[in-house]
Amino acid sequence: MNPWNHDVAKDENDLVDVQVDGVWTRMPRGLNVVEVAQRAKKFIPHYCYHPKLSVVGNCRMCLFEMGTPKMGPDRKPVLGQDGKPEIAWMPRPQIGCATNITPGMGIKTDSPLVKDCRNGVMEFLLINHPLDCTICDQAGECKLQEYSVEYGTGESRFIENKVKKPKNVDLGARIVLDDERCILCSRCVRFSSEVMKDDVLGFVNRGSHSTLTAYPGKSFDNAYSLNTVDICPVGALTSKDFRFQMRVWFLKETKSICTSCGTGCNVTIGSREGKVHRLTPRENEAVNSLWMCDFGRLNFHFLESKDRLHRPLLRAAGEQFPGTWADAIQRSADGLKKVKPEDIAVVASGRLTLEELFVLKRLVTELGVTRVDTVLNLGQADNFLRSGDGNPNRRGTELLGLSSGGRKLGSWGAEIESGKIKALLVTGGEDVVAAGISAASLAKLELLIVSGISVHETTRMAHVVLPGAAFAEKTGSMVNVYGRLQRMTRAVPPPGEAREEWTILRDLRIALTGGNSLHSVEDVWKSMAAEVSQFSGLSWAKIGDLGIQIESVSQPAESVTG
Amino acid sequence: MAITQHRLIFKHIDAPGYTRDIACYRKHGGYEMLKKGLGMGGAAIREEVKKSQLRGRGGAGFPTGTKWGFIDPSKVTKPIYLICNADESEPGTFKDRQIIYKDPHQLIEGMILSCFANGVKLAYLYIRCEFTEGWRILETALAEAKAAGFLGKDILKSGYDLEIHVHRGAGAYICGEETGLIESLEGKRAYPRIKPPYFPAVLGLYMCPTIVNNVETLCNVRHIVEMGGDAYAKIGRPNNTGTRLLCVSGDVVRPGYYEFPCGAVTLGQLIYDVCGGIRNGRKLKAVIPGGSSAKVLRAGETYKMKAKDIHGNTVDREVRLEDLPMDFDSLAAAGSMAGSGGVIVMDDTRDMVECLANISAFYAHESCGQCTPCREGVLWLKKILARIAEGHGKEDDPALLRDVADRIAGRTICAFGEAAAWPVQSFIGKFKEEFQIRIRRNGTAAKTDTVSLTH
Repeated sequence: MNPWNHDVAKDENDLVDVQVDGVWTRMPRGLNVVEVAQRAKKFIPHYCYHPKLSVVGNCRMCLFEMGTPKMGPDRKPVLGQDGKPEIAWMPRPQIGCATNITPGMGIKTDSPLVKDCRNGVMEFLLINHPLDCTICDQAGECKLQEYSVEYGTGESRFIENKVKKPKNVDLGARIVLDDERCILCSRCVRFSSEVMKDDVLGFVNRGSHSTLTAYPGKSFDNAYSLNTVDICPVGALTSKDFRFQMRVWFLKETKSICTSCGTGCNVTIGSREGKVHRLTPRENEAVNSLWMCDFGRLNFHFLESKDRLHRPLLRAAGEQFPGTWADAIQRSADGLKKVKPEDIAVVASGRLTLEELFVLKRLVTELGVTRVDTVLNLGQADNFLRSGDGNPNRRGTELLGLSSGGRKLGSWGAEIESGKIKALLVTGGEDVVAAGISAASLAKLELLIVSGISVHETTRMAHVVLPGAAFAEKTGSMVNVYGRLQRMTRAVPPPGEAREEWTILRDLRIALTGGNSLHSVEDVWKSMAAEVSQFSGLSWAKIGDLGIQIESVSQPAESVTG
Repeated sequence: MAITQHRLIFKHIDAPGYTRDIACYRKHGGYEMLKKGLGMGGAAIREEVKKSQLRGRGGAGFPTGTKWGFIDPSKVTKPIYLICNADESEPGTFKDRQIIYKDPHQLIEGMILSCFANGVKLAYLYIRCEFTEGWRILETALAEAKAAGFLGKDILKSGYDLEIHVHRGAGAYICGEETGLIESLEGKRAYPRIKPPYFPAVLGLYMCPTIVNNVETLCNVRHIVEMGGDAYAKIGRPNNTGTRLLCVSGDVVRPGYYEFPCGAVTLGQLIYDVCGGIRNGRKLKAVIPGGSSAKVLRAGETYKMKAKDIHGNTVDREVRLEDLPMDFDSLAAAGSMAGSGGVIVMDDTRDMVECLANISAFYAHESCGQCTPCREGVLWLKKILARIAEGHGKEDDPALLRDVADRIAGRTICAFGEAAAWPVQSFIGKFKEEFQIRIRRNGTAAKTDTVSLTH
């Protein structure tokens, strides 16, 4: 996934002595000086260096003063009074990104020379920069801004005309480039060629006129192109989707996971006042490193869709009318009571959280329903991050015994037609019409209850529609295709009267069986952890922000695609 | 006083009746050293080159034997490449051109010997694109050498195979920087590589061990094989051995290319005796002794140098500009460098502001743009100088120029940073009053016909 992992030591136990700003410390051999400084709680600023990309050393921001052990006439290091090697300092500063530590190395990260180097680089980077922070989307998370405050001078000595370069360049389907803001660090070029093997970006012209561009006739629109917007240290590359939408410092950041496929890339949801503005990848080396696909990243606009279900709907006289939650739950419970358990079928969605699935499992167990299955949602596997499984929690449905891999569901259409199935409960917003059960068959059902997110063929046929919450609107957990248990956290409330689905299922269960010991979603987790061996002993705190491996699946289970 | 040249490399160049074809070269002993060298064996040639103390003629003066010594052909498993750097681009330098145009087989023989010595099976000759005729000449010469059995399979039945390909640059000064050249040869932008880790001897062309030598350096190898390393080392001065090709341009009566033992002539002898003195009876004002990136020397300057007295003790000696020996160590001790051998002479009519603006305009145009200080700083220098030259200078400009130059030198990926900064540092340091006068005269007598503000 990463051609380089400069932040990962080859051997954490193979340590060498190095001196960082006068203090001797032991660090893993072979790490570069930027990483070593970071581990020593020092910071060496940098623009072009990125731990997951090749080292090019072009920004010169990470210049530091380097020393090596002073050698005596016997070719052995001269030791000082403290028993440590005396250091001979080199007159020329070196770049931290391309310098790997060696035993006895001296590193100065804040000497007068180092400060002058950084100050110089900052001045150089800004002389031809448009300084248009006021209208720049990067403002607030811009390394040029941050380091300017930390290491810059605050005023410019540059009174010449600035270099003019292309602005508002349409680089590809999802990205706009401002060449005047670009500091030519080449991170985007390297990401595209090294990680994506899509060698489409490059520089043209020379010197201060150097210009980032896509090769003639080519467009920068690979399936992961928006990652370059993340790693662009300045505002040169901006996302067409996000630009001019929201100041980043207004965004509330919520740690969650992407639910657009079975991989479950870790994300940060950026939201403000109940509206999601962007998803950005959150580092997790066990899942997605620092990347995510453009499809998943942009797959949140449906949250705001006019097709969202805001209120419960009840069918009367052939039409659906808005109703109260109480009526909707009561009508569903009454309807289900009238049907024998063996005549009921339940779709347990692979898009539900484990907690939601667990409440559903209790419900079907208590009712004695055995006809339970999931809808297969095929994704587009791309041999990188995207999984061929479109369900983010298929493993969850399997672990809870709620799935037969779609085998049962395949015959439900016929069973409805023959009258064997009289009631159908669909969860997770699944569209069973798209899954092969025709609208005509659904029309034959005595009862169709659909809890869902948006309007589609199946909800239109429903007797009761129960509006649920989408991924950014709910808290819970899921197991990805690799067997990793991960948490998701609510960033925004569901629209209108829509509710997190576990509460819908809980209320339905109360109305049907009277049982309830589940007051919060965390209670659900606790009950489940006590019952399901795979979750035994685990708490949400233990799962943490990066999830936990509960089973080892080396290959993504592609059974769903085959 | 007439000073006679010691022509080793230029021995036949411009000689009446000497042509560049292989027959003429062989008539004058050409390719005899190849036979000798093949008989000596590679290790022996490397040893002779080490003994010769030959220093690289491209500009940095790095000992060739040491450079070759970084690679041990007996231990390397990857292919070893040799590249002849014929990208001669340093302003004021036109020595390699003479060799390529007038005696190409001397270069090819030197190259084959160097390749053989280092176990190289495939070599490249990287020539600047402006040498269009030179490229054709080399292609012809290589074909001749191949037809004669000096190149290709089983050279002279020695079992040694070698191919040499000519590769033309596309017009960038930075392609003369050895790692920039390697990138260019690989088909990429000539962005110099960071060192470490990309030392050519370890990770050079196609990430294989690579030797990059200048045209003149490779020619010298032929002569070292001929006379032996020890004998060669007797030419010139200790640590400054062999002959040096000097290209004199500017305000002298007889500009041109000359060859002397290293340090055998002083700067004064070169200007006044060899080149006939300053033109039009003017006076010397300044000299750039080693290509446009070398620091300028001002007439009337004296330099403190270490020297050995007759008892062998080291003593401090004050040396006048005119008495500076034209060798690596003396020019370095004078605060400049022998560089590429391009001696640029300026008389007292020369305006130092214009001269520096001109030099800086070149470097601003040629900066590859890879690393920040050079990319941004050099164009800034050019713009300030152009502004001063156009009569819009400011009192603080000399100090600013100095400061910007100081923040480029020593902080860039390659030596281009120094090449661009050194002229500014030295011109401002040594001719500050000229800049101040120009700035005070702003608007009144300032010239406007020089460097344009536009870019």
